Amino acid sequence: MKTGRFWAWVVFGLGAAYFFIPLIATVEFSMRMRRGAYSFDAYQVVLGDVRFQQTFGYSVLAAIFTIILGVLIVVPAAYWIRLRLPQLRPIVEFITLLPLVIPAIVIVFGYIRMYGSNSPLPFLATDRGTDLLLVIGYATLALPYMYRAVDTGLRTIDVRTLTEAAQILGAGWTTIITRVILPNVLIAVLSGAFLTFAIVIGEFTMASLLNRPAFGPYLQNIGANRAYEPAALAIIAFVITWGCMSLIQILSRFAPRSANRPN
Amino acid sequence: MADPFLSIQHVRKTFGATTVVQDFNLDAGAGEFVSFLGPSGCGKTTVLRMVAGFEEPTSGNIVVAGKDITRLKPNQRNIGMVFQAYALFPNLTVAQNVAFGLKVGGMNKADADKRVAEMLKIIKLPEFGDRYPYQLSGGQQQRVALARALAPKPKLLLLDEPLSALDAKVRVSLREEIRSIQKSLGITTIFVTHDQEEALSISDRIVVMYGGKAEQAGTPFEIYNRPATKFVANFVGTLNVLEGVVSDAASGKVKVNSEELSLKGKLNGSKTGDMLSLALRPEAIALGRRANHDANLSGEIAEVHFLGSVIRVRVGVGNNVVSLDTFNNSSTPPPAVGDKTEISFASNDMLVLH
Repeated sequence: MKTGRFWAWVVFGLGAAYFFIPLIATVEFSMRMRRGAYSFDAYQVVLGDVRFQQTFGYSVLAAIFTIILGVLIVVPAAYWIRLRLPQLRPIVEFITLLPLVIPAIVIVFGYIRMYGSNSPLPFLATDRGTDLLLVIGYATLALPYMYRAVDTGLRTIDVRTLTEAAQILGAGWTTIITRVILPNVLIAVLSGAFLTFAIVIGEFTMASLLNRPAFGPYLQNIGANRAYEPAALAIIAFVITWGCMSLIQILSRFAPRSANRPN
Repeated sequence: MADPFLSIQHVRKTFGATTVVQDFNLDAGAGEFVSFLGPSGCGKTTVLRMVAGFEEPTSGNIVVAGKDITRLKPNQRNIGMVFQAYALFPNLTVAQNVAFGLKVGGMNKADADKRVAEMLKIIKLPEFGDRYPYQLSGGQQQRVALARALAPKPKLLLLDEPLSALDAKVRVSLREEIRSIQKSLGITTIFVTHDQEEALSISDRIVVMYGGKAEQAGTPFEIYNRPATKFVANFVGTLNVLEGVVSDAASGKVKVNSEELSLKGKLNGSKTGDMLSLALRPEAIALGRRANHDANLSGEIAEVHFLGSVIRVRVGVGNNVVSLDTFNNSSTPPPAVGDKTEISFASNDMLVLH
């Protein structure tokens, strides 16, 4: 028994080392900008850079719109498939997996061909149109995560009976989705939302090829031209991602209680 | 019935090639408590769901208070419904659940709060308004579901096996509570169940269903004592079925084994030589001869089960086995297996099944 526990700790230690050593090394390297002393100079340079603030702000805004668009598309779709069209589930699951299989570069070239300034839907003719197309593209990239998160949430409640109970009490579809279904899958939606946020913040291909001032291309640009700042940026991105994960945990405490999550 | 409050007229429902409800008719008066009783798959829930609007009849009409509601959506019908799985909204408190239909209907907050308090008092949970459904027992959840269904003052109340998920003791107390609330509010109610005891104990009228059809509709007394079909007789209560042959149709004589019974006026056009199924409730049969019993059959004790206050005896009568119950009498020992005996009954209690 004791030997088993010893080896379990060894495996745990190796796993932790595999994870933490590169991280510690990156932190350590990011703090060596000042010769002969540890400092946060690289972080100061990065955080003080106007382009960092602009691109990060742009990506956060794009992420918020992507989350709104994703929720508006995925929640009603996943709900309707569970309620009325369960036979379509395998097909929809396959479709939502396509963004994992088709590279973003293929999607963005498709967009450029379809929505160029000469097309009937010239999204790319203006900056706002391109921003909209970028958000649509991000929503596509986040679809596998958002759909699975929401679908898993819907699986934990009796969608059909709750819908019928609300209907017989006089509720229409909008009331049912906003007051009965959405509050009961809020944790799942939040999980999907933060995964979407993480994807959008780091996305490079679409933003770069559509020539938008997003955080992903800025990261790449800094990485190609500087020494210490990319390490500081990597740590900042890591903290943001961890922050998102922690927010899921914190917000879940304030989410509506359900029979499936009693404590 | 002069003016039925609920009228289900020639309703039929098919799913693809399968007909699940065929030519179903029912007229229920205002304030009546009608139970749909039948085994799983008999179509009782489908009829209820058509009344609620969750399923559309393939043909036929449903009329409530003189208005044809067949094509109306569920949220336009003003019907209350209680589901087997409670279906309380997990994200809302008890009070918010009860107020849901009121808010959707546009009632202002003060009136809604007053109505919620009134409903919680009726279901005897006035202190539970701030609790969440997961903090309640099954019985309490179902009472809240009942309050939620009744809060908007619906025209009709539908109960879809509301007691099935509860334990036996709670089931009995809650069914009495449901009946008492229904009576005090005078609301027309349809109750779906597969439990005959439930249906017999609380209904004004029972519709026994089988294979998508209404086999018989009547008061619990009629359903139990005068079943119209073999299915109803077998499904409702325990029944002994004896096979007999009409020996003389004119005088109503039927031969069971070697003994002749007189069933004058009950043969319903059967001819001499016809085979008949004769049914008797266990409580109509006595061990040994009785002065008020005009029919006797000889047999042999096949099994004896001591059940405390009652002794269940199974007697072999020719090829038939008859069950009967006798009260336990401490001064009289129970009969022994293999004893020769006679059973007696009033031929008037015998049912001829068609």
